[in-house]
Amino acid sequence: MLDMTPANSVERTALKINPAKTCQPVGAMYAALGVHGCLPHSHGSQGCCAYHRSHLTRHFKEPIMASTSSFTEGSSVFGGMANLQQAISTIFEMYDPEIIAVHTTCLSETIGDDIPTIIGKCQNEGKIPEGKVIVHANTPSYVGFHVTGYSNMVKGFVKYLAASTGRRSDAINLIPGWVEPSDMAELKRYIAAFNLPAIMLPDTSSVLDAPATGEHSFYPKGGTTVAQIRAMGDARHTLALGAWASEEAAIQLTKQCEVPHEVLDLPIGLAATDRFISAIAKLTGTAVPQLLEDERGRLVDVISDMHQYLGGKKVAIWGDPDQVIALTEFCRDMDMKPVHVMTGGNGQAFEERIKAILADSVPTANIKQQGDLFQMHQWIKQEKVDLMIGTTYGKFISRAEDIPLVRFGWPILDRVGHSYFPSVGYTGGLRLATQIISAIQERQDRDAPDHAFELVM
Amino acid sequence: MRKIAIYGKGGIGKSTTTQNTVAGLAEMGKQVMVVGCDPKADSTRLLLGGLAQKTVLDTLRDEGEDVELDEVLKPGFCKTRCVESGGPEPGVGCAGRGIITSINMLEQLGAYDADKQLDYTFYDVLGDVVCGGFAMPIRDGKAEEIYIVVSGEMMAMYAANNICKGIVKFAETGKVRLGGLICNSRKCDNERELIEALAARLGTQMIHFVPRDNVVQHAELNRKTVIEYAPTAKQADEYRTLAKKIDQNQMFVVPKPLNMEELESLLVKYGLAA
Repeated sequence: MLDMTPANSVERTALKINPAKTCQPVGAMYAALGVHGCLPHSHGSQGCCAYHRSHLTRHFKEPIMASTSSFTEGSSVFGGMANLQQAISTIFEMYDPEIIAVHTTCLSETIGDDIPTIIGKCQNEGKIPEGKVIVHANTPSYVGFHVTGYSNMVKGFVKYLAASTGRRSDAINLIPGWVEPSDMAELKRYIAAFNLPAIMLPDTSSVLDAPATGEHSFYPKGGTTVAQIRAMGDARHTLALGAWASEEAAIQLTKQCEVPHEVLDLPIGLAATDRFISAIAKLTGTAVPQLLEDERGRLVDVISDMHQYLGGKKVAIWGDPDQVIALTEFCRDMDMKPVHVMTGGNGQAFEERIKAILADSVPTANIKQQGDLFQMHQWIKQEKVDLMIGTTYGKFISRAEDIPLVRFGWPILDRVGHSYFPSVGYTGGLRLATQIISAIQERQDRDAPDHAFELVM
Repeated sequence: MRKIAIYGKGGIGKSTTTQNTVAGLAEMGKQVMVVGCDPKADSTRLLLGGLAQKTVLDTLRDEGEDVELDEVLKPGFCKTRCVESGGPEPGVGCAGRGIITSINMLEQLGAYDADKQLDYTFYDVLGDVVCGGFAMPIRDGKAEEIYIVVSGEMMAMYAANNICKGIVKFAETGKVRLGGLICNSRKCDNERELIEALAARLGTQMIHFVPRDNVVQHAELNRKTVIEYAPTAKQADEYRTLAKKIDQNQMFVVPKPLNMEELESLLVKYGLAA
């Protein structure tokens, strides 16, 4: 498998092989699922919607509810207005959501359907029942990548709903970035530990990790409510985690409702979590709760106890920019050497940021935005690593090069657990660190000759 | 069957020229089908005596994909067969995709089949080749001869040159060739010489110079081609001549488009020097 990948890289301008990204609407769909009672709606052909639903299902092992405008040949010629209007009527009649979040597709973007006009028409014609709402985001897949779609949809919710009443509340807004339901729950736990009232948008906890109760619920109990999103306009501050996924919505809140914002890295690993905790502490003006100090201490303990397995280990990392930036810093802090660092997403800032993180420890690291896994494979052939950390798509390289793979990021299609156990925060860091240490130890065991096969490690 | 597409700048007189030429060919006893590729659906108005046609896309929208050829193909002047692609309302949808859909559908329905015994199919295509959809008639296996309607006005020549660029793209791998420029006179200075020179530079010919005549207007107001409305008028003979020249045309080339500077210098030389 992948035996034919040549070690020598040549400059490629027009070809991506195994791109480390997918298209915008899948992100828009994920974001919309984090709103309570929301039905994501894909304005395009059925195939788009089917692909995005199944891709999310493969990652979360949960059913994904979403509807489509079901474009036909006719809709692509005459425009999708009739289809969307019909869809909106049918959705409210049959599925009764609180809110519909429409995102576009390449086809509807290219023919130029104007969604606000169509929503406005539905409003005027009484197709939107009292108290229900429709929002939209433009998500052409030939721009950006899946995180762009997530960002656009979160911004869309803010744009349509957030409003200031003129009275500032004590609450803050938290935009969690594209993280797992388990991570979202963990972030809420941190905020709660400070007794800080907060609205988190989106919130997929208790939606995409909903327990089996024996009864199917079309709209699980989790998710940010429409009322909460409206109230975001009155918040005193916004914390946006991950520039790629969350900054746009935070900026929109500042523009629209004069809520000041602050963009932080995703709190993955020790230093990034420290910064997140400090930011909260600054907002509350209180000390960090002992509970969190203890969790931090445990992480520090494990990293230092296990340094012999981590120190100097070369690692290849790829995934979405927000994740990779935080994880690269975490690996560096554990004294590992991230020699190949890549994202499939776009943004020169990614390369600059990684370069800064690795300036002292790995100044010669390969760093690339808009990369693909073919390039990653070639890099690994050129400079072998001890460990790969990234999405499921790396498993082929892992097998071809016989290098252990720790699955991290989106999507993970062939393992379970990521949506139930957090990787953000100190406890999440502990989970990541133990996964990394275990992978290295298992490899050491596998390869050890009998005389060096250790009982105690 | 010869498959011909007529292109040219918007408003240059493509539809009028096409329908009058088709009337000329039909008068000669040729079996001709006209396929209008313009969302306005006015490419067959003169042959049918009005906008009497339900378009392919309207039929598709109203009746689903189960369309019969008779529903979209209407007989016009002198047994010509008239089809309109139609398209979306201004400002919505995708007219280019409409043309692709419509031509595919006509093929499926067998509009071009040998049993129809057509001598000619004419595609009358809207304005510039603004996107892939408008190039549909010159994709491989569709129209093989292109005539560009042009006048001595700068923008008309610019459009003609642009269309040639489109033809070159498809000519590399396909059979499409340029058959010539049709000058639809706007009474510009030195117009005939200018267009002849442009044709020479493009490596083609000015196949006919159609003079300006008010009878065309009168015929249009009466929803008729000049050949039907005023068969003895001098202008009717001009169109008959054009029809005959196209019928006998042997010169089919891959054009050599000019760059902007060359085009402007040509205009200065012939247009302003007068």
